[in-house]
Amino acid sequence: MAKAGSNLNLDGQGNPVWLLLELTYKCPLKCAFCSNPTDLDAHEEELTTAEWKKVMHDARKMGAMQIGFSGGEPTLRKDLEELVSEADDLGYYTNLITSGIGLTRKRLENLKKAGLRHIQLGFQSSDPQTAHWLAGVDCYEKKINIAREIKALGFPMVLNVPISSVNIHQVPEIIELAADIGVEYLELANVQYYNWALVNRDQLMPTREALEAAEARVAEAREQLGDRMTIFFVIPDYYEGRPKACMNGWGSIHLTIAPDGVVLPCSQARSLPGLDFPGVRDHDLSWIWHESESFNLYRGDSWMKEPCRSCSEKEQDFGGCRCQAMLLTGDAANADPACSKSPHHHIVQEAVTRALATKQDHKKLIARDVGWVSTEV
Amino acid sequence: MADSNNHNSLSRFRIAPVFLFRWEESQQAHVLMYPEGIVKLNPTAGEILTRCNGTNTVGDIVLQLSVLFSEQPEFIEPRVHQFLEVCHGKGWIQPQS
Ligand SMILES: C[S@@+](CC[C@H](N)C(=O)[O-])C[C@H]1O[C@@H](n2cnc3c(N)ncnc32)[C@H](O)[C@@H]1O
Ligand code: SF4
Ligand code: SF4
Repeated sequence: MAKAGSNLNLDGQGNPVWLLLELTYKCPLKCAFCSNPTDLDAHEEELTTAEWKKVMHDARKMGAMQIGFSGGEPTLRKDLEELVSEADDLGYYTNLITSGIGLTRKRLENLKKAGLRHIQLGFQSSDPQTAHWLAGVDCYEKKINIAREIKALGFPMVLNVPISSVNIHQVPEIIELAADIGVEYLELANVQYYNWALVNRDQLMPTREALEAAEARVAEAREQLGDRMTIFFVIPDYYEGRPKACMNGWGSIHLTIAPDGVVLPCSQARSLPGLDFPGVRDHDLSWIWHESESFNLYRGDSWMKEPCRSCSEKEQDFGGCRCQAMLLTGDAANADPACSKSPHHHIVQEAVTRALATKQDHKKLIARDVGWVSTEV
Repeated sequence: MADSNNHNSLSRFRIAPVFLFRWEESQQAHVLMYPEGIVKLNPTAGEILTRCNGTNTVGDIVLQLSVLFSEQPEFIEPRVHQFLEVCHGKGWIQPQS
């Protein structure tokens, strides 16, 4: 996910620190907000177990310390346990980023034995009906059960709930549910508009009033819960006028490997037209990170145009998100239009106005309809 | 979180289970890793946390560090206590019960 800078008080010193493996694009859910590519059929050939292991070795040698297993749904890979075990042996802090569908008590126990340290569970809503609308599949019951199993096994856990107009009014109940399950962290992730979420933007955009109400409830809950649970409220950049410090800068500390081995500065970057990202099947990982054209294109700040180039905030936000600049202004080197100083900021404002003028109706949500696989877990 | 001011020289601490604490060659430093982040520790902090293994008492740690850094225990002691309080407050370490 195009995460605003991760928590870090060290410098990668030019090396990657976070390695995200998107093991597969396949998924048993069809989330209308999904940030996975909309044209999946183009990239099918998943890396083999041996190829993934080589990636982990190479990235570890380059300095990566945190590893995330994501997708799609990573638990669809039968070799997940084996890969986690290898990552743990290599000294990574291992994170599993999952919808929970495909997990069982048995698998969780095996993952624990393999050295898995932490689980991020994607969650849609505190209400089964709303969860069904958003995920396109009836999954609430399974998710709750697996969340409780995860806690019973003592894994620390983040509940990640993408927030949109469809569920924003449920924030108080979502907080209550998270506290009841006993998660350490709740991430209320205001939906970022890439891929499926961009397709559904008019249906997903919350109002400013709803956002303010939600933030107020978050502040109250923080007060009440104290240290028991940490709540992150990811900024809704369309409203804030401030861009996110996307990935801590392009090619700075984040390294993402797509299912077919294509190496990306961020999962979303694949959607940038005209860029040919190299893959680990054809090139050395270290060469790709340090030397390849695509990784150097937006590294540092020499690529910047005005207003970023002479802006005092460029060291903090790196000009925002390149993918968002591309998607909305047609040039990835422009300032992220979420920034109020961008000459294209009106595009974001107009998108908000258009979305809010659209009648919201869950039946109009377009379900992610590629890469779906059925599971009978 | 429990009151973090109530430890004394007989208290024992260990790294909280959410965290992974180890030497990181590529950073030439001890690091503390947790779900959403990584903290790189300065050498003194690294030496103190290395000793939070559930066995050493705070008093042991003070003595070991005063040898390591050739300083009087009286000089080291308040600094160790203060650092452990901060660590406890951040949830990095837990009292060994
Ligand atoms: C793409 S999913 C892949 C892993 C797994 N299938 C899942 O849903 O947890 C990775 C994370 O991104 C979150 N997410 C997906 N689309 C998002 C969007 N448009 N904005 C913000 N978060 C999103 C999901 O909730 C999940 O925590
Ligand atoms: S459809 Fe939902 S569960 Fe599947 S990858 Fe996308 S966000 Fe995750
Ligand atoms: S103008 Fe560019 S560098 Fe300045 S705040 Fe906006 S996006 Fe960031």
